[in-house]
Amino acid sequence: MTRLFAGTPTHGLVLLVLLLAALVAAPLIANDYLLTILILILYFAYAGQAWNIMMGFAGQLSLGHALYVGLGAYTASALYVHFGVAPWLGLLVAVPVAMLAGAVIGFLAFRFGVAGVYFAILTIAFAEFARIGFDHISYVGGSAGFFLPVAQYTQNDLWNLRGRPVMFYYVILALAALAFMLCHLLLRSRMGYFWQAIREDEEAARALGIDTFRYKMYAVVISAGMTAVAGVFFAFFYNNLFPEQVFHISRSIELILAPIIGGVGTLFGPIVGAFLLTGLSEAVTETLHALGFEIPGAKQVFYGICLLVVVMALPDGIWPWLARRLGLERRS
Amino acid sequence: MTALLSIAGVSKRFRGLVAVDRVSCEVEKGEIFAVIGPNGAGKTTLFSTIAGSLEPTEGEIRFLGERIDGLRPDEVCRRGVARTFQIVRPFPALTVEDNIMVGALLRTADTAKAAATAQDVMRRLDLFDKRDREAKSLTLPDRKRLEVARALATAPQLLLLDEVMAGLRPTETDRMVAILRELNAQGLTILLIEHVMRAVMALANRVLVLHHGAAIALGTPEVVTREPAVVQSYLGAEAL
Repeated sequence: MTRLFAGTPTHGLVLLVLLLAALVAAPLIANDYLLTILILILYFAYAGQAWNIMMGFAGQLSLGHALYVGLGAYTASALYVHFGVAPWLGLLVAVPVAMLAGAVIGFLAFRFGVAGVYFAILTIAFAEFARIGFDHISYVGGSAGFFLPVAQYTQNDLWNLRGRPVMFYYVILALAALAFMLCHLLLRSRMGYFWQAIREDEEAARALGIDTFRYKMYAVVISAGMTAVAGVFFAFFYNNLFPEQVFHISRSIELILAPIIGGVGTLFGPIVGAFLLTGLSEAVTETLHALGFEIPGAKQVFYGICLLVVVMALPDGIWPWLARRLGLERRS
Repeated sequence: MTALLSIAGVSKRFRGLVAVDRVSCEVEKGEIFAVIGPNGAGKTTLFSTIAGSLEPTEGEIRFLGERIDGLRPDEVCRRGVARTFQIVRPFPALTVEDNIMVGALLRTADTAKAAATAQDVMRRLDLFDKRDREAKSLTLPDRKRLEVARALATAPQLLLLDEVMAGLRPTETDRMVAILRELNAQGLTILLIEHVMRAVMALANRVLVLHHGAAIALGTPEVVTREPAVVQSYLGAEAL
């Protein structure tokens, strides 16, 4: 643990602990509505972290991460509904399924030199295949949707992920914290250095002995697996899945906004971005609602404005700027 | 005794164009071997076939007795042949230290050990004071040294330098020459492609001269620069 945070200024660690403490204590004062928003924020922080491994660390732009969310969600739900397999065990299948999908996409792209924009299009294509394909898989409801049994829960059943928002809140908080630590470790490992080298200049990376194909595959597979966990959570939290929604490209885009606004390639970027986007957009919607306005699409407009402002004013994202402000730049 | 690097009858053709034409030579362990020639003589193409970026059309390249022609660049590097790029390619957003760490991590998965290697390399190449600077903020001479440092961190037995002096002022050239001499004195074999004759004369034990893809002379710098064919094709009258 000491090495994990080596080079981070002390007041940075204090802030981190305070943030974590505030999040742990949040259910004491937050009602279910507020908790639901916090769950959404942490969900995007988690999924953004997973996407960031591919784009932020290894420089491979995926615009089809909804595929891994959907595969995770459908696999674990199907196992639960048809066989009564608890989601935690379902993960053992859902994660490898998504990893395999990632490996197939990665293999096709990296083996045949599909890179940059064309790689991004390939990721979209696979998510679209799944969207259309799942419409026709009646085993999981097809286009009519797939539903998990819902009841009024008085008790939280953590093993089956059935219960009240506060349980989901702690689950996603733990996942987000774990993802943060995992990404921190990855970034400071040999693999992290190799990823960054590939991101910066693939040919130069290869000249330094890095098997770029292999390390890009690792990035896709790890990212896909982590994203599938978000999918499992998503399924058990919302209890309904529609291919048209889950695999839709707007979901893939939604997933990557937090890390882009927060700062691509940074550890805190996805977290800061998720708080800002989801937190503020919910606040905007609520305020408009309270004032008696019902404006469909207000959230999307807000996302658009946020992106515009950040891209123009802080092209590296909010976190690098915030870190400088707080004096949190890494010293060695 | 087998040579460290042996190039036997290597040709590279691009459709009708013969870029490298049946070149053979051997680089002995511990020497500094230079390849010179006018623009378009095939120097960089020959270099790329050694480094694995291009596969020779015919011929064999052996390193420590093993064939390396046709291997990928990363495989060539792992066998102990590191290269630099003529147009430097640092990892711009990474610090100088992290740039070099990437090279050092080829030989160890332990980041602490790699950091120690990086520190050592930075000291040897006068980059230690700039270790926390992002590579994109460096001046050209610093970037050139970073290019060498990063390759050096992969612990090569043979260092391939592609016009590492190009664009340097004479004082910077002398500084680079001194650094390369020092590295060579510590046992590193160097193969360099160079236009700057001042550096070639100061460094090379032996020189191979290419012209239109073919080797026209091979020998010590003093001997080679007196060969009439070399003078005519490359050095020009003013060199005499």
